[in-house]
Amino acid sequence: MIRRLLFLILLSALPLHAQERPYFVTYSQEMEEPGNLEIESFNVVGNPPGGNLFLGSNLEFEYGVKTWWTSEFYLDGQSTQHESTIFSGFRWENRFRPLLSEHVINPVIYIEYEDISSDKALREIVGHDGLPDFAGRNNRGDVKREMELKLILGSNFKGWNLSENIIAEKNLGGDPWEFGYAWAASRPLALAAKAQDCTFCPEKFQAGLEMYGGLGDRSSFGLHNTSHYVGPTINWTAPNGTTLSFSPQFGLNDYSIPRLYRFGVSYEIEQFLGIFRREAK
Amino acid sequence: MRHSIDGHSIEAHPTDGCPIFAAPFAAKVGFHKIVPLFLVLTLSLTAAASLPDGSWLGKVPPDEHQKTNPYSGQPDAIAAGRRIYADHCRKCHGENAEGTKKRPPLRSDIVQQIATDGDLHWLLVNGYMKKGMPSWSKLPDPQLWQLITYIKSLR
Repeated sequence: MIRRLLFLILLSALPLHAQERPYFVTYSQEMEEPGNLEIESFNVVGNPPGGNLFLGSNLEFEYGVKTWWTSEFYLDGQSTQHESTIFSGFRWENRFRPLLSEHVINPVIYIEYEDISSDKALREIVGHDGLPDFAGRNNRGDVKREMELKLILGSNFKGWNLSENIIAEKNLGGDPWEFGYAWAASRPLALAAKAQDCTFCPEKFQAGLEMYGGLGDRSSFGLHNTSHYVGPTINWTAPNGTTLSFSPQFGLNDYSIPRLYRFGVSYEIEQFLGIFRREAK
Repeated sequence: MRHSIDGHSIEAHPTDGCPIFAAPFAAKVGFHKIVPLFLVLTLSLTAAASLPDGSWLGKVPPDEHQKTNPYSGQPDAIAAGRRIYADHCRKCHGENAEGTKKRPPLRSDIVQQIATDGDLHWLLVNGYMKKGMPSWSKLPDPQLWQLITYIKSLR
């Protein structure tokens, strides 16, 4: 308990800032700055017809290894009303930016390994993911080990960011490749910064739109029996650097959960390893 | 005029801000006097751009080099830029832009005198990823110019 308190006190004293896009599913081309550690918690609440109200959560640790390489480790959990609260697994992903300067469209290669069961964090929708997945009860024994590849394409233009993700996921147990997509666009509410310190300056808010869904699998590619979501999204960066994000998202067909509510908090610790070096002196 | 630095071509822009090189003056004093001046300037630029934190100058396209800063010298932009610097740059480049163990100072001659605002804008947008400088294209253009205004005010 004392250690936890000390950790929280340390965390509150660290220089924190973030300039995050307000996306929950879509990745932009922007990498973590080298040496920075970002701690994020993303959550989703849904109430699927025929299922139980659930809260899915990710705790993410994103570290900038190089300017062109970001590594991220996720811990997933979920809680379902009238069922259980479980740790649903972990993911480890790496993103690589092959082109070392800015272009009109900037590609990033994303590779992820995941070991999860009864996942309800909905960090990506692929294949025929949809309502039937929420009908069964939580089962920690049904572990899926999957590799996921994404091609992330992102552009920045006049303050706007437009990002598209093309997703391919393979269950290492032998299921066919599954596919999905995500795209999002966002912009700060003001492009120039104010001269004075302020809590609710428009440049501290970013707003946009996000859409994502499944595209079937290798044997049945297409939109049949796939779920799709769209919704506005917004975030606000507080003066101490904490970023709060929120997005109501809406299912676009009968195979989707009608409404999802996503919210997130992120902290960025600049030059994370340097903190320990200074302390060692 | 182009020079090769670290295998990259650099536009020297010898006439930028130097009215001495205006054509009528050149005609008046004669090219035999101007050539040595050109050589001295070229060698200085080459030496400066070859410093560890100056090699990126060789990559800046001429049109980016000539971009003008819409906020140049404006006090409000300096104040806003100071806040942006504190949020995003201070940790690597030092509290007062004096540099840190691994990252270069921003009070150097390269940043303050040789690089134009356009050069710095290009560097912020593209980064110099091989050397650890990330791209800051996620910041909107006006904020990048405000940041440059602040950095140049440290001169």
